[in-house]
Amino acid sequence: MPTPYDAMWEKLNLDLDAHAGLLSVLGKFYGDIYLTQQGRLKGMEYLDFVLSEVHGLRIQELQEAKAQGKKVIGTFCVFVPEELVLAADGIQVGLCAGAEAGKGEAEKILPRNTCALIKSFVGFKLSRLCPYIESSDLIVGETTCDGKKKAYEIFSDYAPVYVMEIPQMKNACDRDLWKAELLRFKEKIEEITGNAITAPKLREAIRKVNDRRRVLQRLNRLRANVPTPISGRDVLLINQISFYDDPDRFTAKIGELCDELESRIKAGEGIVPKQTPRLMLSGCPMAVPNWKLPYVIESSGAVIVGEESCIGTRNIRDLVSERAETLEEMLDAIADRYLRIDCACFTPNTERLDHISEMAKELNVDGVIHFALSFCQPYTMEAFKVEKILKEAGVPMLSIETDYSMEDVEQLKTRVEAFVEMVRK
Amino acid sequence: MRGSETVAGIDIGSRSIELVVLLDQKIVHQAKVPTTFDPLGQCKKLMENAKPSRMVATGYGRKLFADSSGEVQVETITEIQAYALGARHLFPEAQTILDIGGQDTKVILLTPAGRVAKFEMNDRCAAGTGKFLEFMATALQIPLESFGEFALASDRRIQINSMCTVFAESEATSLMARGEGPENIAMGLHLAIVQRTMAMLRRIGMESPLLFAGGVAHNPCIRMLLEELLGEPLIVPENPDMVGALGAALYGTRSR
Repeated sequence: MPTPYDAMWEKLNLDLDAHAGLLSVLGKFYGDIYLTQQGRLKGMEYLDFVLSEVHGLRIQELQEAKAQGKKVIGTFCVFVPEELVLAADGIQVGLCAGAEAGKGEAEKILPRNTCALIKSFVGFKLSRLCPYIESSDLIVGETTCDGKKKAYEIFSDYAPVYVMEIPQMKNACDRDLWKAELLRFKEKIEEITGNAITAPKLREAIRKVNDRRRVLQRLNRLRANVPTPISGRDVLLINQISFYDDPDRFTAKIGELCDELESRIKAGEGIVPKQTPRLMLSGCPMAVPNWKLPYVIESSGAVIVGEESCIGTRNIRDLVSERAETLEEMLDAIADRYLRIDCACFTPNTERLDHISEMAKELNVDGVIHFALSFCQPYTMEAFKVEKILKEAGVPMLSIETDYSMEDVEQLKTRVEAFVEMVRK
Repeated sequence: MRGSETVAGIDIGSRSIELVVLLDQKIVHQAKVPTTFDPLGQCKKLMENAKPSRMVATGYGRKLFADSSGEVQVETITEIQAYALGARHLFPEAQTILDIGGQDTKVILLTPAGRVAKFEMNDRCAAGTGKFLEFMATALQIPLESFGEFALASDRRIQINSMCTVFAESEATSLMARGEGPENIAMGLHLAIVQRTMAMLRRIGMESPLLFAGGVAHNPCIRMLLEELLGEPLIVPENPDMVGALGAALYGTRSR
């Protein structure tokens, strides 16, 4: 079926037939997982719309911006400082990495036992299925794991790649390295966009990104209510969309959604009954459309009330200090804020363990489901530590290792249902 | 529960389906059929004369059964909970439950009160499950029912290195070609399963006593090897494959 975007997609050199197939699978999947939910919020209509236009209207906006000389910077990681991109009048977007599309292609140039996320972004590129990758003037990688680090070397044969070095420890010398990397990135962005990053521009960008973090923090505070007023699936979707929607529009729309949540809470209404077991998800990021596990959890009689993940709290917990005045001070504030991210690539990484037990307590959860992508060493390894710390806190944990395929759905259902039975009071 | 109500539990596994009917917490009927390619048809056969007032399904086919059960409303619980309930009812002292079924191996650690504290299931493939034994028995042309006895006749322990069903078969075949006695190969295959099971038990932090349930608990060689490696006796119920169905039925007797 022809769409108004065909010409644009063709210009972006997408594989039109395969892309149409991907969109129809995505649409069906979305319908099953999202649109069947009962008592959904009105504010979610906006997110349904954005998702339905994930490869359409938003890409058109990017193309229009590009026609006016703006540059698009694509990333796969929350370490890439969007503030600098925005301050140089660029647009930062998260790239496709949450579906099995192009897996076969990816396995031609990557080992089979590579994590699904890496295989996915390479597969999306090789199969010409991601309009975000095709719209990007620069793709910014980072060294958060060996798999990604090496994959970017291979990826750079197919796309313009720039890699930031993320330190692995948090000592003073690591802070120095990270600051130097920020400055190197700033230069690169200034060069790509042709715009100098000035103090007023950066101040404005910091505010803009902080505002988006603030509205997501507000959302997290509201959902912590008993009964929770919004499903975990919906919050995950909101977090996913935050990576590619226009930041100002997104902040405004999620603010409206939060208002709606407030009135629900006042009326004592929840998305599920009060006694529904409350679970928290912890671990690897879940890029669109990786909704498998959240769907299994929420159709097993539980509700997700928190995501300790890069597509979740890890990305919004800390703000960049807005007290800085000079450009130098702002860069320092950015460096400090990003170095607080408790990615499993760090050693030691006790902050993450502390955050998990704090969250479990604050959100009043009955259990934690730890999610790791198969072959993601940092998170599969940390799962053992997380389980230990939660055990001490008296919170049961279920460790799940899976990928984007559907072959283990029945197995997952049994495990998750048994866990829900176990934690139900 | 009211006095005269019968409650049925049905456990629809990958290889067999079991039914237990309770009246006043006592088993008044139990039966077992193979799953075949028509599990729902088999369930129907099994249910022919049973007209329970309450019904609980567990096992891989629980949803399928519940969705197609017609007028009787069927509740579902997972195998994990069913085995925990069934095992604790039969042996209140049991602390850990091992269930080796057709395609799944589960270990369940119980709280002192008998609730599930922690559980583990094997990964996606059938390594270390009843399916592995069934496949290997066929490869060695021994009836599955006597495979354990056959292995017990071995005169030495050989190590089978591969747990993958397909690779283990080729390993067994090449051992055979080298003149290794089939009893010894059978013993090696049994040992491979028990070693894998022991690893799961250690991972979960097993506490004694261990109750061994599921169809594979009928196998005397697996039981012997488990006791040997554990260094202590196992609890094996009289009908180890009925524990899940019993647990499901017991779930149905709780007050709503």
